[in-house]
Amino acid sequence: MIRARTRSVEDTKSLAANLAELAESGDLLLLVGDLGAGKTTFTQGFAAALGISEPVTSPTFTLAREYHGRLLLHHLDVFRLDQISEVLDLGLPELLDSDGVILIEWGDAIRQALPNDYLEVGLTFIEGQPSPPDERIVMLTPVGPRWQARADDLAAAAGQWLEGPPC
Amino acid sequence: MSSQVPSQDAPAIVLDSDSSPHTPAIVLGIETSCDETAAAVVSGPSDVLSSVISSQVDLHARYGGVVPEIASRAHVELLTPVVAQAVIEAGLGDHEIEAVAATSGPGLIGSLLVGVSAAKSLALVWDVPFVAVNHLEAHLYSSFLEEPDLDLPVVVLLVSGGHTLLVLMEAFGRYRLIGQTLDDAAGEAFDKVARFMDLGYPGGPVIDRLAMDGNPEAVAFPRPMYDDGYDFSFSGLKTAVVNHVRNHPDLVVADIAASFQEAVVDVLVHKARKAAKEYGAKGLCLAGGVAANSSLRERLLDACVADGISGFLPSRSMCTDNAAMVAAAGWQRLHLDGPSPLDTGADPNLPLPFLLSGEPAA
Repeated sequence: MIRARTRSVEDTKSLAANLAELAESGDLLLLVGDLGAGKTTFTQGFAAALGISEPVTSPTFTLAREYHGRLLLHHLDVFRLDQISEVLDLGLPELLDSDGVILIEWGDAIRQALPNDYLEVGLTFIEGQPSPPDERIVMLTPVGPRWQARADDLAAAAGQWLEGPPC
Repeated sequence: MSSQVPSQDAPAIVLDSDSSPHTPAIVLGIETSCDETAAAVVSGPSDVLSSVISSQVDLHARYGGVVPEIASRAHVELLTPVVAQAVIEAGLGDHEIEAVAATSGPGLIGSLLVGVSAAKSLALVWDVPFVAVNHLEAHLYSSFLEEPDLDLPVVVLLVSGGHTLLVLMEAFGRYRLIGQTLDDAAGEAFDKVARFMDLGYPGGPVIDRLAMDGNPEAVAFPRPMYDDGYDFSFSGLKTAVVNHVRNHPDLVVADIAASFQEAVVDVLVHKARKAAKEYGAKGLCLAGGVAANSSLRERLLDACVADGISGFLPSRSMCTDNAAMVAAAGWQRLHLDGPSPLDTGADPNLPLPFLLSGEPAA
């Protein structure tokens, strides 16, 4: 597991951009974090680095959006999906078989419907009173062979923001 | 989808229905893009004969948002009686319906499919034309149902749970996209803030109500992109509220609601007003669910009075999703482009065709 600390919205976007450079067709990323933690911000940085110029808006309303860049990007939001069967309705199995990168917000909720081969990106607020508003802990957890093979690249991508384990 | 592409020489909004005997005048509209199951009958471009809405809000409230599978199933159950009631309330028989319109996007795919499939089936059974309607275009047109004589061009601020658009409308089918959200929709920000504070769903009406007893100046939340073009950004504002609440557990909820709402309304009104001036609009219209917000309505109207332009606020029932706007927009589309092919599909991300922005219609 890789632990990084970003100091601003721009930092979070830059870290996401570095990860996008590593992305390959067929990759799956789960974005995990509370409301306002920066999941859509992360996706915007990721998309920009794939050469996607149109605005990447929240997928909460339509649940899934598709963008064309260096790779096809499928941006999903499964917060409101109540049952795994709804994930199937969304065409996730077909998406997993198709070209492009899949980024799923609130993806931890549907882990059991996903192949055991993804990068989990955890975004959390910094605890404290008052907590610094734009700083985040970003945890990168490669699960399965695809991302574990790139563990060193991941550490390099998070390089300038890397942090040791919490004291 | 040729039906969604407006003709280059689109005429101004047709206000009379002195159509030839072959041109359909009585249109049944069906709307199922999100969580309202609705059907309506219009005669001509703005004469609403009936409008029936069956809301599923109660079904979704405990989940803090619309649950797609529940929505689709509810549409299937509700649509047949809602359509039957719309036809009866219009004082007509089935055989008097001359065309069937349905929202084909944008929206939830499963929900859209229910309405589109039903509309096509009815069109086949009754042997009348089917016409696919863009949900956003229907919202833009909604003001004209209550105020057919609105002077064009108008700037329409379309604000809902899924969309935030600033559009210059020169005629039906002639739109210029002035600005849009770069992240969250305005209504989505209301919903998410309400959910974070455990205020219930939908967030808009709850925050509106709470804000009436709160101090809008209690917290100076950011006004994102206030003087930066016409695009909007509400994600950062949502995060600012989350941060503030995390750091001030002893806060007064009404003050937070009022301060948050004030920030959203400030930005919306400022940009709409600036756009109306810059584009020489004769009026400003509101559309979409957030247009029901009392502070937004009051502030926008004040701005219009101050600037000497006409302001039009559709009634609350016309702001939220309804089928009257779909039937009327369907009437307009039918007269511009003719019927839609029966293989027209539902498209969850269907864009509004912007003729004047130089971009090809999708």
